[in-house]
Amino acid sequence: MNRYSIWKYVVLVAAVLLGSLYTLPNFFGEAPAVQVSPARSSIKLDLDTQAKVEAAFKADNLAPSVISLEGNSLKLRFENTDEQLKAKDVAQRALNQDANNPDYVVALNLIPRTPAWLASLKAAPMYLGLDLRGGVHFMLQVDMQAALTKKAEALAGDLRSALREKTIRHNGISREQQTISISFADQAAATAAQGLMQDQFPDLLTTVTPANNAFQLNAVLKPEAAKRVQDQALKQNITTLHNRINELGVAEPVIQQQGLDRIVVQLPGVQDTAKAKDILGRTATLEIRMADDSSEARLAEVGSGMVPFGSEKFLDRNGQGVVVKKQVLLTGENLTDAQPGFDNQTQEAAVHLTLDAKGARIFKDVTRENVGKRMAILLFEKGKGEVVTDPVIRSEIGGGRVQISGRMTTTEAADTALLLRAGSLAAPMDIIEERTIGPSLGAENIAKGFDSVTWGFVAVTLFMCSYYMLFGVISSIALAVNLLLLVAVLSMLQATLTLPGMAAMALVLGMAIDANVLINERVREELRNGAAPQTAIHTGYDRAWSTILDSNVTTLIAGLALLAFGSGPVRGFAVVHCLGILTSMFSAVFFSRGLVNLWYGRQKRLQSVSIGTVWRPDAPTRDVIAKAKAD
Amino acid sequence: MEFFKIRKDIPFMRHALWFNAISFITFLAAVFFLFSRGLHLSVEFTGGTLMEVSFAQAVELDPMRERIAKLGINDVQVQNFGSARDVLIRMPALKGSTATEQSTKVLAALKEADPSAELKRTEFVGPQVGDELAIDGLKALAFVVVGIMIYLAIRFEWKYAVAGIIANLHDVIIILGFFAYFQWDFSLPVLAAVLAVLGYSVNESVVIFDRVRENFRRFRKMNTVEIIDNAITSTISRTIITHGSTQLMVLSMLLFGGATLHYFALALTIGILFGIYSSVFVAASIAMWLGIRREDLIKVTGKKDADDPNDPNSGAMV
Repeated sequence: MNRYSIWKYVVLVAAVLLGSLYTLPNFFGEAPAVQVSPARSSIKLDLDTQAKVEAAFKADNLAPSVISLEGNSLKLRFENTDEQLKAKDVAQRALNQDANNPDYVVALNLIPRTPAWLASLKAAPMYLGLDLRGGVHFMLQVDMQAALTKKAEALAGDLRSALREKTIRHNGISREQQTISISFADQAAATAAQGLMQDQFPDLLTTVTPANNAFQLNAVLKPEAAKRVQDQALKQNITTLHNRINELGVAEPVIQQQGLDRIVVQLPGVQDTAKAKDILGRTATLEIRMADDSSEARLAEVGSGMVPFGSEKFLDRNGQGVVVKKQVLLTGENLTDAQPGFDNQTQEAAVHLTLDAKGARIFKDVTRENVGKRMAILLFEKGKGEVVTDPVIRSEIGGGRVQISGRMTTTEAADTALLLRAGSLAAPMDIIEERTIGPSLGAENIAKGFDSVTWGFVAVTLFMCSYYMLFGVISSIALAVNLLLLVAVLSMLQATLTLPGMAAMALVLGMAIDANVLINERVREELRNGAAPQTAIHTGYDRAWSTILDSNVTTLIAGLALLAFGSGPVRGFAVVHCLGILTSMFSAVFFSRGLVNLWYGRQKRLQSVSIGTVWRPDAPTRDVIAKAKAD
Repeated sequence: MEFFKIRKDIPFMRHALWFNAISFITFLAAVFFLFSRGLHLSVEFTGGTLMEVSFAQAVELDPMRERIAKLGINDVQVQNFGSARDVLIRMPALKGSTATEQSTKVLAALKEADPSAELKRTEFVGPQVGDELAIDGLKALAFVVVGIMIYLAIRFEWKYAVAGIIANLHDVIIILGFFAYFQWDFSLPVLAAVLAVLGYSVNESVVIFDRVRENFRRFRKMNTVEIIDNAITSTISRTIITHGSTQLMVLSMLLFGGATLHYFALALTIGILFGIYSSVFVAASIAMWLGIRREDLIKVTGKKDADDPNDPNSGAMV
């Protein structure tokens, strides 16, 4: 009756083996490494880059032990920090010709010393949270109202031009918060305008109200359009943050959306909050100017001759010089959107720009007067300008919809659009939470969490073994398996482990032993009541199971509530707590039963089990038993 | 080894009134302290800036307070944290100066007095986050309470659900009462601990209720009081041993976990101790007052009680 079929043992062994395999990477520690990532989104990191770095290392007698290229970052592992520091300089020199304008970020990092065969199984050590490794954490709130207001302002401008084009007469357009109101003298005009808006402005919801001998047309953004604007604003801010953080040279920054209007930025290893904040909060500006097409300027562009008076020389992304006039025609404020797309006629890749009403007016005038000449769009960051693109004006462009096309691949178009949008944040952001954890504190926290788990585990094991003898040993092994599986699952999921998470680990071990105590007490009770050892084990496990299930469900309810409503440290706690409860059900019941069956199951005439003292009252006076028998 | 050599069922329910009176008084005291003193909420809830600074040797707090007050920052709390060399500084959020400016200024002032000052951790939380956390905390509490009640009601019966949740909510209030009385720092991990305790100590009630149901089936001649006494007596060794082993773990956190886990472990300790008391004595006695009966739990097979309006199966027979 106390036997497991072969397949159950197969499952048990497989679980323990898999658990050990995925726990293993946690024991190898970390090795110094150099990480290379592109400094701008327009720069690619590929096998060529890798070959370049490797060649440079060979020249300097540096041999990285492992080289891995994942997505957009190249990681090179070294055996000691001396080599690491040297390698950083070498890579820096090999990849960045101009130290003031680096193409690649070369950062020092620590990467896991996981052997290649383990890494190929996607086994990796647990991902440590900021409180365990040190670093800076920011939470930024995006001002969505400002994003919506900006959009409404842009739409109001577009409306004005559209009405003028259709010669619909109105008595003025005004914007109050996010509501655009237009007043008309007669109903016909109002209806015409409404029709126009339904056709051309599907994002707007319009209502006409008669107001003292005039007709007022109110337009607001439709909820779904508003949501789209907010999503875009958030995405754009995240992209912009990415670009800026790249400059910090952080090895593994985390930039994530949280909720509808928040962004979390985590920079492991960064200690200088002030610098980080300066970079996060910086605004890049976009400027549109005319290129200088005089012959002197043309000469200056290729590097011979002086830059003419009233002009400046900037480099474009390919490092080519472009001489532009100092006079600024438009700034990024007038640019409402930039999207990659295709030319309608030629099907060439193109970038579509949308300008607001003021921008469109200026652009129309400028293009009319400068057909055939070049125009430059510049991005300024840290006071340094770069030419994003310098297209030739083909014809007069009105209406604020500009298309840049020609000699562009689709990726180039996408990159250009991104750079143009990155010129400004879509909506202002505020830092609403900030946390810095020193590196020494991180290491201390790991040690403290580890000590808590270890000593708690030792104490519980000692108690169980001395109180329940062999059953206690089995319970302790089951508890160890629980810890093994929990660490394995956390490593597999790459869930972030924090100090509260380590506390949850200790707590869950304390709670998991509950199941084994229940079982052992139940078995003792059956023995006390005179059951044969084999029957006692069987009924003990059977009866305890429903109770274990019940108690784990209530604990799980609490865990899920914490997961659903908790944030930050609470969530880290809840993830480990919930996972730990699930693994404990497996180890405490299924696994420990397997061991018990293995040990006792084959003995047909089992006389006694080693479960500590089974104390019986001297005489059969226990009225409970008497009553039970009378029943 | 056997710690519990109990010959006869202990007549716990004879003293039910006393147990309930004791827990009612503790409960009232906890509520009183909660209202009169209030919780000492951490920066996460109130918003503001927190700095953890460590020094090479033990430092005097009073001169440090004066130094910071001179910078024009009011309502600053300075306290030792873990050891005499570690200091925790809490400042309210200031209008017109950012958290970084504030902490840099304070650190500069501290360094002037003692160059060994090292900033280990800063935390700044805006006021809008704090309110949200408090609301989320209450939502989580409500979710746990409702979830557990529904589960107990399905698994047992509504009377058990009510008894279980009252007993365990009273644990939560008592933990909060301790935090209010001693003005311990109530932070997010402490909130997590409180909710974990709620889920955990309901276990106890579940174990006892499970036994009550089993006893109702097995011992037909016993009355409800005897059944409850027997259920508690036969589970008491398990209750104390499991709580003991969980407490061993928590104790290890209290001893080795350092200052960060201190209050977390403390909340768990109180929760575990009162959890035993409340689930054993309070939950069972409330269930008794509510009038649990054998008929409520045990499905009568064959002939049905046709006049039982509470029976969801009444009338619908296949």
